Amino acid sequence: MTVSTTEKTLNYIVLGLFALFAITPIITVILTALGPQTRVQTGGLHFENIVDAWNIGQFGPALGRSVMVALLVVSSALLLSILAGYAFGTMRFRGSTVLFYLFLLGLMIPAEAIIIPLFFDLRALGLTDTIWAVSLPQIAQSVAFGTFWMRAQFRALPPNLIEAAAIDGASGMRTLWRIVVPPSMPSIATVTVLMFMWTWNEFLIPLVMSPGATWRTAPLGLAVFKGQYTADSALIASAGVIIAAPIVVVFLLLQRYFINGMLEGAAKE
Amino acid sequence: MRHSATPYLYLLPAFVVYAAFMLYPLVRAGQFSLFDWPGFGPSTFVGFGNYIDLLSDDRFLASISHALILILFYSILPLVIGLVLAAVLRRGSVRGLGFFRVMIFMPQVIALVVVAVAWRQIYSPNGTLNDLLGAIGLGGLARGWLGDPILALPAVGVIGFWLETGLVMLLLLAGMGRISNQLFEAARLDGAGPVREFFAITLPSVRGEITTALVLTIIAALKTFDLVYLTTSGGPGTSTTVPSYEVYNRAFNLKEVGSASAVAIVLTIMVFLINIAVSRIGEERRTPR
Repeated sequence: MTVSTTEKTLNYIVLGLFALFAITPIITVILTALGPQTRVQTGGLHFENIVDAWNIGQFGPALGRSVMVALLVVSSALLLSILAGYAFGTMRFRGSTVLFYLFLLGLMIPAEAIIIPLFFDLRALGLTDTIWAVSLPQIAQSVAFGTFWMRAQFRALPPNLIEAAAIDGASGMRTLWRIVVPPSMPSIATVTVLMFMWTWNEFLIPLVMSPGATWRTAPLGLAVFKGQYTADSALIASAGVIIAAPIVVVFLLLQRYFINGMLEGAAKE
Repeated sequence: MRHSATPYLYLLPAFVVYAAFMLYPLVRAGQFSLFDWPGFGPSTFVGFGNYIDLLSDDRFLASISHALILILFYSILPLVIGLVLAAVLRRGSVRGLGFFRVMIFMPQVIALVVVAVAWRQIYSPNGTLNDLLGAIGLGGLARGWLGDPILALPAVGVIGFWLETGLVMLLLLAGMGRISNQLFEAARLDGAGPVREFFAITLPSVRGEITTALVLTIIAALKTFDLVYLTTSGGPGTSTTVPSYEVYNRAFNLKEVGSASAVAIVLTIMVFLINIAVSRIGEERRTPR
């Protein structure tokens, strides 16, 4: 279809303005982070703000905890989702529809709705302020989405692929890891980056489940600044940059998986 | 149908974790909501007392009306603007969309705590927005936006608009990309202009995407805890409180665990009902393909 040059130019103007709108608040954070601290510094760029914020927010240990929680949540949720998705996607069994809808329900249950019993029940078990209290609820959330995602992926595979493996006498597990998983790798990569992003950015669960702050992840570093009215906006913004930087880097490297994942994941619902 | 335990064994680990850490706590929240409990010591059974109290609880009623206003900013406005922009972009086969997509997607990737930091800086009394107003000679309008009892809620809403519009637009654009070009060519031969083309072809073809976008953004609007907690803490007064913030505030600051659980259950029911309603409407209107 042919489109006039004027219309094409208009398109680029629309896109450009929209991209600017999306990116301006992010640029504001970066400029504020590198700007002078009030009454302490004068103009120019101050990269040392990042170091100051790093120390005040204790981001070294916090980022370490974030990495550990993310590794535990993503690896467990991925493994459980692949197993469950394999059952839902390739096998027929009694109650499969009901069970699947039960998992779908999990996509709608807000964390706010379950956080109160999670906190009080796990506190009674002495589990608050452990990696388990912070991770297990997030594994459950990611499993709900992951199961739904892997089922759709495995269902889309050609059925004779799995039949052939069965005729060759391969066991279920062997078929899963040798036949079903390899052609699904792009889809698995997509759900992995989504789970990683959600876990990294999660705020409410670590806030509540670690009242003693021993398992607070990086986004909670900002809560340290929130209480201090003296805290400087340059330092708060620097803390924001520290929290967002890892995920932005991963996003820029793996953008295809992120964007396709969020558009397709939505469309599958 | 094979009668074997195999499928259930594959499901078991996922189901155990999911049931123990999502389904069971949801049931427990329902149970908590029937008691008065400060979070320690003995609890008193009050039946539906907590729910009845909510009906005359100004703070709670305010939070519900705020949530509905936020849906306008998070869902309705992004949908309308997303539809127009996506339709404009679809007509021209734009090259280099990849770069723009990355920029437009950025708000989705960044932690909400950082989003809150960014917008606090924009809205602060000596922040970016007031500087901008001063520069175009409207310095008289400058104020601390998040501290203004009337403007704080729309200010939070604009953050939601900023968060969701890009996602909605790209979702709709992807849907419009699947429409056959022949349909548009046929319409043009019939002499249809861009507006008729939009209402006759584009809009009916993306009903599914519209439903999806509404479900996603409405859930996001109802789950604004991080943003409210870090920008306004529900204030000034009660002017920006939302149900998800009320759950946290009641349970962990005011020590009213029963009331907090009742709010949590109401919130969950709201999410379920809106989801079902939107999907129903979407399916009924979907044109047969």
